Amino acid sequence: MGSASEHSRFIGSSEVKASDETHRKRLLKVIASYDSVVVNQKASQFIDWQEARGTAAEIKRYVLDHLPELLELFEQNASNNGMQVLWAKDVADAHRIVDQIIARHGIRKVVKSKSMTSEELELNEFLEHKGIETLESDLGELIVQLNGEKPYHIVTPAMHKSKEEISEIFQRTLGCEPTTDAEELTDIARRHLRDVYITADLGISGANFLLADDGAILILENEGNARLSTACPRVHLSIAGIEKILPSINDLELFLPLLSTSGTGQQMTAYNSIIRGPRQDGEADGPEVMYLLLLDNGRSEIYRKPEVRDALSCIRCGACLNACPVYKTVGGHTYNTPYSGPIGAVITPHLKGMRDWGHLAFASSLCGACTDVCPVNIPLHHMLLTNRQEANETAPSLFWQTALKGWALAMKSRFVVDIGARAVRVVLQALGCVSPKLTAKLPQPAARSFSSWWSRHGE
Amino acid sequence: MQNVILFAPCLVDQLYPEMGIALVKLLRHFGFQVNFDSSITCCGQPAFNAGQINEAKSVARKVVRTLSQGVLADQQIVCPSGSCTAMIRKYYPEVFHGDRDEAAASALGSRVFELSEFLRQHNLLDKITGSCHKRVAFHNSCHSARELELRTEYRDLFAGIEGLELVDPSLEPVCCGFGGLFCQKFQGISQGMAKTRLEMCQQVGADEILSNDPGCIMHLRTAAAQQGFATPIRHTVEFLVDAMGITE
Repeated sequence: MGSASEHSRFIGSSEVKASDETHRKRLLKVIASYDSVVVNQKASQFIDWQEARGTAAEIKRYVLDHLPELLELFEQNASNNGMQVLWAKDVADAHRIVDQIIARHGIRKVVKSKSMTSEELELNEFLEHKGIETLESDLGELIVQLNGEKPYHIVTPAMHKSKEEISEIFQRTLGCEPTTDAEELTDIARRHLRDVYITADLGISGANFLLADDGAILILENEGNARLSTACPRVHLSIAGIEKILPSINDLELFLPLLSTSGTGQQMTAYNSIIRGPRQDGEADGPEVMYLLLLDNGRSEIYRKPEVRDALSCIRCGACLNACPVYKTVGGHTYNTPYSGPIGAVITPHLKGMRDWGHLAFASSLCGACTDVCPVNIPLHHMLLTNRQEANETAPSLFWQTALKGWALAMKSRFVVDIGARAVRVVLQALGCVSPKLTAKLPQPAARSFSSWWSRHGE
Repeated sequence: MQNVILFAPCLVDQLYPEMGIALVKLLRHFGFQVNFDSSITCCGQPAFNAGQINEAKSVARKVVRTLSQGVLADQQIVCPSGSCTAMIRKYYPEVFHGDRDEAAASALGSRVFELSEFLRQHNLLDKITGSCHKRVAFHNSCHSARELELRTEYRDLFAGIEGLELVDPSLEPVCCGFGGLFCQKFQGISQGMAKTRLEMCQQVGADEILSNDPGCIMHLRTAAAQQGFATPIRHTVEFLVDAMGITE
C-alpha cells in the first residue's frame, strides 16, 4: 500500500486538514460556487452535454490509438513552422535540456505562465538553484510562489487562500498597503509583473493542446499573462506532455468550450492563443526562438497498460478534483504531488511508482463522482480499483491481505460467520464494561442475526 | 403467490437484522412469498473494493451458485442495498470474467433489484400509502445513483406518505465517506466526509435521515455519535413499514 513514509505523511496531513474547520468550510464554499456556474454553463452552452463528452472521449481515444503517428506528424508540422521540438524522457532529461537552453541564450531571468508539467519537473526550484530569477505570472501561481507553497489545484492554484491572506502575502513580499479589494489585489500583482515581462529573457509556458495537423500549441488563460510571457521575452519554451495532442485545429470547436466549461464554468476562457512558432519575418513581436519540450516522464508507462491507458485522455480541467469528496475534505497539498484529486490518484502511482504512491488509490470511497463529471469520460473510479489490484501485487500490505483472506474464508461458512459475529459482540461488550467510552459509539453485531431470526420466522 | 428471494447484505444480517425483518414484512404485505438462503453471508464487495479479486470471487461464487440452482434459479432477488445490488449486477461479470461461472454470474445480475427498483417494477409504488409528519432528508447512496442510475427515483417511494416533506440537501449524491475499508484505512478523511454530509442534512432542517444502503447508515450513525449530531438515521424500508402501519 505504498511506502511507509509517503503513506503515513498522507495519513497525518489528511487528518490535520479534515479536522481544520476553516479549511473545510472555505473549500466547500469555493467549490459550491464553481458547481453552480458549471451547471448553468453546461445547460446553456451544450444542447447535449453527454453527447459532447462522448464525442470528446472518442477523439481523445483516437489520439491514443494513433499517438506515435500523431506525435510525428505534429513534430514535422511544428518544425516546419519554425519551432524547435525536443523530447524529454524523464525529469533529468528535461533539466538537461533546460540547462542547455539557458547556457545557449545566456538566460538570467525567467517569467512563467501556468504550467503543471513544469511542476512535475520542479522547474522553479531547479532554476532558482542555478541562480536564475524565476517569476510566476499567473495570479494564483504568483500568490503561492510568493508564499513558498506549491499549487493547491491544477486549475486554481490559490483557491485555498482568502483575500485577507493574499493581502498579507502581498504586504509581506511586495511591500504594498493592506487591501481586501479583489481588483486592487489584482492590480498590485499586475504592476509587479509588468516590468518582469520586459526584463525576462526566457518565457516558459505549458500547453493545453498540441494540434497535429497545424503544428501549433494552444494556451487557454484568463489573465493575458501567458500571452505576455510567450511574446515578450526573446526566447519561449513551452513544455507539454506527449498526450496533449489533438488531431486537428477543427477539434477546437468542441475542446475549447469543453475545457472552459469543465475548468471554470466559462463559455470560453478570455484569451485563447494558437502559437505556431517564433517571430516570423515582417512580424513586430514574438520570441526570436521557440522551443517545445515534449515530456514523457512516465506517460509511456501508462500508455503501455491497457487498464489505465485512457487516463492519458485527461485535458486537466480539474473537474474531478472539484467533484471529489476526498479532495473537498483534505485539499490539494495533502496529496504532495503536482496532480491531486482523482486524476492524480490514478496517474501518480504510474508516473512516480506504485510502491511510494499506491496509497493514493486506496484513499477513495469509490463514490464515482469523478467519473460522472469527467468531460472526456475517463472511468476514473474504475481505474482506482485496478490501481489497487496492482498495488496489492507490487507493494502488498500484509495486514490487510491476510485479514481479507481470513475474512473470505470465514464468509463462506454460515456457522463461522455467526460464531465470529457473536465473538465480536462479546468482546465489544466486555470492552464496554471496562471502558464504555471506547465502544459506545462503535457499531456492534446484533444480539441475533437476521439469519437466526429467519430460522424461526422464515416459513 | 409470487416467490421472491431476499438478499440480506452482511451488514443487515449481522448488524441490522431489523432492516431485513422490515423488508420481509413489506414484501409479505404486498403478497409475496419470501425466500432466503442462510448459506449466503455477503456479496463479496469488501474484498473487491480492496483490490483482492480472488477473495471477492470466492465469496461471490457461493452467491452465484446458490442462487442459480433448484427452485431459486428463476426467482427475482430483492436487496435492501443499492451497493450490494450494484456489486452483483455491475461487477460480478467483471469478477467472473473468463471463469466457469461467468454466464451464471451475468444472468444473476439481471434478476437482482434494489428495493425501490423492485417496487417500481411490480407497480407497487402507488400502493405505498401512510402518514408521517416529518421533514425527511434522503441520503441516496453513490452506488444507487451512479452505478444503478437511480438518481431521483427514490422520491416516488414517499409520494403516498401524507405529511412527509422531502428536503433534498443536494440533487447530486453526496458521499457519506463509508467506502468499505476506506473508512478504516483513512478515518480522518472518512469522518470529515460524514461531517459534511450530516451538516447538509442538518442545514435543511431534517427530522430524520433515510437511506437505502446499510453501509451508509452504519457510517453516518457512527460519525453522528462521534461528532454529536442528533438527527436519527434509518433504513427506508423500516420507515415505510412504520408509516404504512404494517405490523405483521
